[in-house]
Amino acid sequence: MHTIFPLTLSGVAFAPNQVPVLADIDLRIDAGAHTVILGANGSGKSALMRLMHGLLKPTAGRILWNGSESRPRAQCLVFQRPVMLRRSALANVAYGLQVAGVPSARRNAQARAALERVGLTHLADRPARVLSGGEQQRVALARAWALEPHILFLDEPTASLDPAAARSVEQVIVDIHRAGASIVMTTHNLGQARRLADEIIFLHAGRITERTPAGDFFRRPQSSEARSFLQGELP
Amino acid sequence: MGDLSESLALALGPVIGLDAKLMDIVTLSLRVSLSAVLLSALLALPLGALLAVGNFAGRRTLTVVVNGFMGLPAVVVGLLVYLLLSRAGPLGPLGLLFTPMAMVIAQAILVAPLLAALTRQTVADAWREYQEQLHSLGATTRQAISTLLWDTRYSLFTVMLAGFGRAIAEVGAVMIVGGNIDGVTRVMTTSIALETSKGDLPLALSLGLILVVLVLTINALAYVTGVWARRRFG
Repeated sequence: MHTIFPLTLSGVAFAPNQVPVLADIDLRIDAGAHTVILGANGSGKSALMRLMHGLLKPTAGRILWNGSESRPRAQCLVFQRPVMLRRSALANVAYGLQVAGVPSARRNAQARAALERVGLTHLADRPARVLSGGEQQRVALARAWALEPHILFLDEPTASLDPAAARSVEQVIVDIHRAGASIVMTTHNLGQARRLADEIIFLHAGRITERTPAGDFFRRPQSSEARSFLQGELP
Repeated sequence: MGDLSESLALALGPVIGLDAKLMDIVTLSLRVSLSAVLLSALLALPLGALLAVGNFAGRRTLTVVVNGFMGLPAVVVGLLVYLLLSRAGPLGPLGLLFTPMAMVIAQAILVAPLLAALTRQTVADAWREYQEQLHSLGATTRQAISTLLWDTRYSLFTVMLAGFGRAIAEVGAVMIVGGNIDGVTRVMTTSIALETSKGDLPLALSLGLILVVLVLTINALAYVTGVWARRRFG
């Protein structure tokens, strides 16, 4: 199978209007891992995610997908507050397929299958905007999953959800990972990071201070910034 | 005061009896203004959306021009269309002057800036919310425009009703290009102007009443649609 990996960032900086947001980012993402990016508010997590996804352009450095600068289709980003279009849940999922150029004859079946995988078949025909926050997030995950991404970026996917909804969204994320996609996500929920992450990337003031397997990170973080972050965050 | 109450009493006669001639005038008014708004919307809605979403040189200038033309005087539009359609004009050979089609064209031009400006505002607001998501999914500008027009359809319905309100209430343009010909191009506003100057206040007033009731009904319709849509689709 044609692979889009590795995703490599070399010497990447992002400083819109001379305001430094990210600097000296060197990173390599390979197939298969579940990577969680941790860091305080304003540390540049969201910007890093948007750079990798291609929504933002770095002001310095290079971002390459398997050595190529062109942004592959097989990667998606799901936002903290996904935008639901004013149409049914099913049509929202089908819309992603339409934009990706899937022929209309196949769209509905694929969209239905994706909704089924996130457990929302019963809500397929409901207007997406009147669904609950957790249901909307699962529709957004179905919309992404239907595109069969090799890598899925998630920007604080459960930050504005109650615990029950967050759990069901987490389950979908686990399922997508099991189905073979790499996951890169940010979160403020350390419990979630422990449950899901294979490895942690820690960002502080726009720089990566460490990248550690998840188990090691929570036992003994290597950077002093991560140490004080964990001490400050844990109750 | 006596004039008004007397006229009012007489005015209700034809309204209640649905006088055939009166109905023709009302029907023509509705037909012309509805056609004008639909014709105008075909161009003005995509243009408004393009102004909101597009990234091209001259976008700001064009936006200022479109916004400014919202206040275009109806008589000036009438005059321009008259010059275009008059026998010596560039479109003279079509023989459209003093026909309902000429009135449709004039009103379509009149409401186009209003439709485009309000559409731009509506779509720009939605675009702020949708931009990242649509870019993330890889939508092209053309796809984004059609998505936004569809997703703001209830607001755009209100926009079109605003355009219809302006079209059906104007008198200057249809008077000039239609000529207020009895049974051919006579609409509500031109009859009101004519009957008033002739001194037939009851007829003028009954037409005025119908016009006001129509405009109120349309606005109520727009309001109810908006409430229903928000409840149904969020």
